[in-house]
Amino acid sequence: MAQHMNLTLKIWRQKNDKTKGKFVTIQAKDIADDMSFLEMLDVVNEDLTRKGEDPIYFDHDCREGICGMCSLVINGRPHGPKYGITTCQLHMRSFHDGQTIVIEPWRAAAFPVLKDLAVDRTSFDRIQQAGGYVNVNTGGVPDANTIPIPKRIADEAFESATCIGCGACVAACKNASAMLFVSAKISQFALLPQGQTERYERAQAMIDQMDAEGFGNCTNTGACEAECPKGIKLSNIARMNREYFGAKFFREEDVHTHS
Amino acid sequence: MLDSKVPAGPLAEKWSKHKFNMKLVNPANKRKFTIIVVGTGLAGASAAASLAELGYNVKTFCYQDSPRRAHSIAAQGGINAAKNYQNDGDSVFRLFYDTIKGGDYRAREANVYRLAEVSVNIIDQCVAQGVPFAREYGGLLDNRSFGGAQVSRTFYARGQTGQQLLLGAYSALNRQIRKGKVKSYTRHEMLDLVKIDGHARGIITRDLVTGKIEAHEGHAVLLCTGGYGNVFFLSTNAMGCNVTAAWRAHKRGAFFANPCYTQIHPTCIPVTGDHQSKLTLMSESLRNDGRVWVPKTKELSEKLRQGQLKPADIKEEDRDYFLERKYPSFGNLVPRDVASRNAKEMVDDGRGVGKSGVAVFLDFADAIKRLGKDTVEAKYGNLFDMYYQITDENPYEQPMRIYPAVHYTMGGIWVDYNLMTTVPGLYALGECNFSDHGANRLGASALMQGLSDGYFVIPYTVGDYLANLGSFAPVDKNNPAFEQTRKEVQNKVNALLNLKGSKTVDDIHKKLGNIMWEYCGMARTAEGLTKAKGLIQELKKEFWSDVKVLGENEELNMSLEKAGRVADFLELGELMVDDALNRAESCGGHFRLESQTEEGEAKRDDENFTFVSAWEFRGENQPEALHKEELVFENVKLTQRSYK
Repeated sequence: MAQHMNLTLKIWRQKNDKTKGKFVTIQAKDIADDMSFLEMLDVVNEDLTRKGEDPIYFDHDCREGICGMCSLVINGRPHGPKYGITTCQLHMRSFHDGQTIVIEPWRAAAFPVLKDLAVDRTSFDRIQQAGGYVNVNTGGVPDANTIPIPKRIADEAFESATCIGCGACVAACKNASAMLFVSAKISQFALLPQGQTERYERAQAMIDQMDAEGFGNCTNTGACEAECPKGIKLSNIARMNREYFGAKFFREEDVHTHS
Repeated sequence: MLDSKVPAGPLAEKWSKHKFNMKLVNPANKRKFTIIVVGTGLAGASAAASLAELGYNVKTFCYQDSPRRAHSIAAQGGINAAKNYQNDGDSVFRLFYDTIKGGDYRAREANVYRLAEVSVNIIDQCVAQGVPFAREYGGLLDNRSFGGAQVSRTFYARGQTGQQLLLGAYSALNRQIRKGKVKSYTRHEMLDLVKIDGHARGIITRDLVTGKIEAHEGHAVLLCTGGYGNVFFLSTNAMGCNVTAAWRAHKRGAFFANPCYTQIHPTCIPVTGDHQSKLTLMSESLRNDGRVWVPKTKELSEKLRQGQLKPADIKEEDRDYFLERKYPSFGNLVPRDVASRNAKEMVDDGRGVGKSGVAVFLDFADAIKRLGKDTVEAKYGNLFDMYYQITDENPYEQPMRIYPAVHYTMGGIWVDYNLMTTVPGLYALGECNFSDHGANRLGASALMQGLSDGYFVIPYTVGDYLANLGSFAPVDKNNPAFEQTRKEVQNKVNALLNLKGSKTVDDIHKKLGNIMWEYCGMARTAEGLTKAKGLIQELKKEFWSDVKVLGENEELNMSLEKAGRVADFLELGELMVDDALNRAESCGGHFRLESQTEEGEAKRDDENFTFVSAWEFRGENQPEALHKEELVFENVKLTQRSYK
């Protein structure tokens, strides 16, 4: 049978982006260990609602670790104490009876708090809009198998492409750098033949947007890689830097002949 | 009788001819039109990007914080296409045939054929965008098999195909946002449709952050808002998936078709307790290598439940691989409805496993023996990890426990061949419409349909509508219809905020879910459905008299968001029950206990029910009117579906 536990939650509460927030202590009682972390918060919210108190706002949607909507810094760690999973995949069996759990939103200037634990991550969308695509219209494309791609390359591009855009890398970084996120998309296209024609312009445009959004610099501490729920590798950042220097070194007309 | 506007002529030529016959909008005139796209999953993102590329002005709306988070992202297994890259006998006609048969002959032939026809273009398009599909060592695309088919036509990206396809469509959308052709509204929810002179001319949205309720005008509105599986409370849908946009459009005149056709997916992680907030799917692709079984006797099952025996202790001869036994030619890869019903049958027979007894095994021991752990890990690693995280059990060492869960809704807004609803200018794409999957959807066909509708159908058909408007004038923002509808929405929001009872919205939603699962789930009877109708009506009264909605409109308000959605689910639930009651036959996922073959398979009644049920809203608390679209089969012969 499931074990039950009582927990003390210290949760960040903030009415909106214009007011100051503060930690509020809430007791979570009779929590089953096979609940997910977010189901534990659901239980707390149902209690608050019954008492007529405002439930805690947090972002979440698919609850299976793929949409990237859930966040939360749990006891100082983005997505909680376990490696390679999102908060929605974290289960209460990772905690023990009587434990105090501190729950905060992502902290970064480029991710302003909207309410309680939810932040605004539209800066990530704007970086993707700056160049995270291949310039190809619907229709008029060649048969899929006319572009053979070595399995090794395809697999590596896939690994980079599995980024869910949650922002844990930014939350984990002392400089609030978004380089892991940005480099994952740049790498995916730098690896694939479809991405070659625009590889340098893409790197330049996405990095410029990243800087404009107010994300910090990378000082190679590797916290982003350690906290990434999808295991996006630090080597993506190295590749992004190469692409960026490529953008500086090669003139635009050379780009199409160099790869 | 409803007119589906299916073009005349031989099946294989209908779409080409229709494309030629449709009117075009001159490139210079396209920029005079604005198109509203609600929802940014595969259907919405692909439609928005493709229409913007053509030159239309597009506005997109999603309730999530980014278009990339739409629930298409969670689709695991793959996407079908009749490429015949495997040289195993696939063709457009075979994909068409499998889909029609899989849907138990309750889909429209012409739509399904078009879907199969454009499926090949989808793969080309996605690859050109840089979608990293799985590949063979030679560098060409890999395929795998899915339920209900005997060819390998499913393209995939490990267990994250939906993610990769959606990120592809999202990238195409981003490109158009950057160019200024698409204006993206995130954390916005559509709460009503605005009609002028009978045509869809805009929507009313609520900004979920500020609470602002505003009108947006456009020459056409595309609903790409997904399915309504969350009416069951527990489903594999994301928490936010809802029927509100579609339902409000229904109440403005869009007929709702076949609401009782819901898909219960056979391989999901079983429920653990009352706290459960959603269910997690384990991809159908696992049935390529996993074997489904329960013990042959109740006694052995009981011992497993008590923990006196472990699965590995059950001898081979004491195991019942019931799908392989009953369906030798399709084995574990029978379609979803068949697999689900059989799992339920085993559990009802007292042979279920797991602590609750409400589960069957999906066992990989043989596959690991045959292929090696590394190969199994490469194929299904992320799914096995997901299972382990949720259950704390290692599927490499012991069989998975699985049980059916609500996954997809084949029913939806009625559309004609052009994907237009019964409201001129209002379209429905992807899971939101009803058109392609009949009474049961085959695996790997949802992604195909979403992208087919968005990339390759709507760009043609919406142009025909706009070209026939006879005017390029902008929609008049000052038309009183906008303010009138906006006020009605505001009043509804206020009514919800005034609810100060004792129950939470989730209390009501869970009760609704239980009613739907019990009486309108895997097995349905006239008696049960009649009872369910009464229960839902009572629950609706309870909601409007005793639910508690906290906070105010001008903030991120979870209570309010949920309340609006559950209010609509309550109304939809009643219609689903009506529809299930009316359809006194079994077909696909709709299983009426009164109508089964001797072997317990779904028994259709073609003489009386070869039609689409399309329901018309006629006022609050009024019974809806039933309209029929007769289904005509000219290219396939209706037979008792067999996977033996």
